[in-house]
Amino acid sequence: MNVVPISYYLVLSAILFGLGVVAFVFKRNIITIFMSIELMLNAVNLAFVAFARAHNQLDGLIFVFFVIVIAAAEAAVGLAIVITIAHNRRSLNVEKVDLLKF
Amino acid sequence: MPMLDHLWIILALPLAGAAINGLLGKNWPKSAVNSVAIGSVSLAFLVVVETVREFLQLRPDHPVVHSYFPWMTAGTFKVNFALQVDQLTIVMLLTVTFVGTLIHIYSTGYMAHEGGYYRFFSYLNLFMFFMLTLVLAANIVVMFVGWEGVGLCSYLLIGFWFLKQSAISAGKKAFITTRIGDFGFTIGILLLFWTFHSVDFGTIFSQAAGMPSDTMTQAGVLTTICILLFTGAVGKSAQLPLYVWLPDAMEGPTPVSALIHAATMVTAGVYMVARMHPLFSRAPIAMLIVAVVGAATAFYSATIGLVQTDIKKVLAYSTVSQLGYMFLACGVGAYTAGIFHLMTHAFFKGLLFLCAGSVIHAMGGEQDMRKMGGLRKAIPITFWTMFIATFAISGVPGFAGFFSKDEILEAAQSGPHANLPLWLLGLVAAGLTSFYMFRLIFLTFFGEQQFDEHKVHVHESPRNMTIPLIVLAFLSIFGGWFAAPKLVGGTNYFDKFLHPVFAAYAPTIARDSEHEPTIRVLNPELVPPGIERSPVEELLHALTGPPVIVGLIGILIAWWFYIRRPDLPKKLASSMYGLYTPVLHKYYVDEIYAAVIVRPLLWISTNVLWHTVDEGLIDGTVNGSARLARETGGKLRELQSGNARSYASWVVVGAVGVTALLLGIWMKVH
Repeated sequence: MNVVPISYYLVLSAILFGLGVVAFVFKRNIITIFMSIELMLNAVNLAFVAFARAHNQLDGLIFVFFVIVIAAAEAAVGLAIVITIAHNRRSLNVEKVDLLKF
Repeated sequence: MPMLDHLWIILALPLAGAAINGLLGKNWPKSAVNSVAIGSVSLAFLVVVETVREFLQLRPDHPVVHSYFPWMTAGTFKVNFALQVDQLTIVMLLTVTFVGTLIHIYSTGYMAHEGGYYRFFSYLNLFMFFMLTLVLAANIVVMFVGWEGVGLCSYLLIGFWFLKQSAISAGKKAFITTRIGDFGFTIGILLLFWTFHSVDFGTIFSQAAGMPSDTMTQAGVLTTICILLFTGAVGKSAQLPLYVWLPDAMEGPTPVSALIHAATMVTAGVYMVARMHPLFSRAPIAMLIVAVVGAATAFYSATIGLVQTDIKKVLAYSTVSQLGYMFLACGVGAYTAGIFHLMTHAFFKGLLFLCAGSVIHAMGGEQDMRKMGGLRKAIPITFWTMFIATFAISGVPGFAGFFSKDEILEAAQSGPHANLPLWLLGLVAAGLTSFYMFRLIFLTFFGEQQFDEHKVHVHESPRNMTIPLIVLAFLSIFGGWFAAPKLVGGTNYFDKFLHPVFAAYAPTIARDSEHEPTIRVLNPELVPPGIERSPVEELLHALTGPPVIVGLIGILIAWWFYIRRPDLPKKLASSMYGLYTPVLHKYYVDEIYAAVIVRPLLWISTNVLWHTVDEGLIDGTVNGSARLARETGGKLRELQSGNARSYASWVVVGAVGVTALLLGIWMKVH
């Protein structure tokens, strides 16, 4: 059985991360932006797992667990904020949420 | 408690009075303010009397010095708060506290209807404190404290009516003009310390006594020190060319003019020169400068006094002139005569000013003599006391001024440093003095009333004003009689009293001739040894001396001009227009100073220092850096648009940038 080389994982991870970034920058819907953040996190997770496997070390895997936990907490807080914004503004467009400026 | 060991009490009393009235007196009734103010100075006077009594019992041949606490210590520079008493101090102490007390009493009447009553008496007490500090000081630094302090009080009191623009300007003028002199004085003190490594009078004098005297052709450090110190005296005692502040100082209340600008503060310069006599006696060039400045001022300001019409201005120029006499005396080495004149002058000039105040009070504020006239009957006490003072200042025999002025002119004529041109100037000034003083008397008290009786209610002053007048009038007659025995060939007790002070450090050459100062033989040419005059001859000689003759001529001319032929002065003024106008305008000195010094200084200050340096350079730098920060921030803040997506873009740009950088470094390393 051929082992899949690490670069494959890394390229995939980079593609996923790039997609996440592009979605984050260009999308206006706050939920979509949220999803793009999750995408970027998971792209990083993939890279971690790939390195852990390649180096035969557990450190990367442990890191992934941390990221998942943090992402869960962040999702809870973030979604609460999204709900509040939606409630107050009757809109999910981030362009309209721009009071915090000079 | 022996007061001689507690000299500080003399200072503490008026200082406490000033503090109590100044801090608490605002809402007190006038009687409370009065009792604090008069109480503190009269107590100080009593303490002085007790101190003098103890001093005379001890009769030490050197000053009694007490050092109370070390004040400044920096390396070898040590200054103690030290006070001393000697015969010279005693004369000054008695004069200052006694005349000061009288003027305090007088002020309670004169200032009765003025606002800021407590403030006035607080300043007056503070002035007494500083003046006594100046007089009691045992080193030149403590003396300088008093010197500057009296200047401050003078400023405060000239500008006492601080809502009046002219009073404020006069106060500033006095302060700034004397500051010019004090600049020299300060450098003199530094040079004094640099030369003698001490600021104590005793140490300085004993060291100076061991130094070779400067001569007319060889001026050394002593001459420099003396000239610098004299610069301070010129400012403080209103001599040429810094006299301009004193006439303007008459903007202050009249008791202030009497106390500060006639009797005490302005004589501080004379006192200082007399105090520093061991240095001056060894600096003949400085002595000559003192004498020339003194004589020139005596003559010069007497001429201005001739044509003044404001009663206080006449007295002001007269004060400048009399101070000139005192410096003339010091300059020809007759320090005792200078101090003697200082004392008698304090009596009669203080009295003249108080009388002038009483006249102004009676006239309801009028100061122009041309609008008075015929006041003799209406205010008899003021008239008689002022008449006596006028006799005293004119040097009429028997009055105080006669003895002291005679001494000065005699020293200038035939003393060890006699100088005939200066004597002549002094003599002419004596004639001018009696002329302008009697002019004042005749215009004010004689002739016809020049005012509307229905508008001006002329009234004699209350008793608290007239009693000081009477006491001072008494002193204006008898205050000079210490020297009276001399008229019949006897002892001048004033000379004898001060002799220990001035003999102690006298230069060795002069010591032989001054060893017996009590005897009239000062010029061997006038009285050849061996020919003794009888007392009657002596008396006749003294009473027919040139000063007396010149003084009487002055009185006669004044009588002729202002009683006999009142139309003459106007005619004379118009016929001698070319001479009269510059004198009337005080020789345009104020205008010249304004054009040469004040206005160029103002122009430079306004255009260069203010508009260019301050506004352009300093404000420009400060404001420029502020504007740079503000404008940079203004541009940068536009990045913070509030738009989350644009932030995200910046984060991406930043991340890409950092990654690229790291990659670049990595590729460089490998």
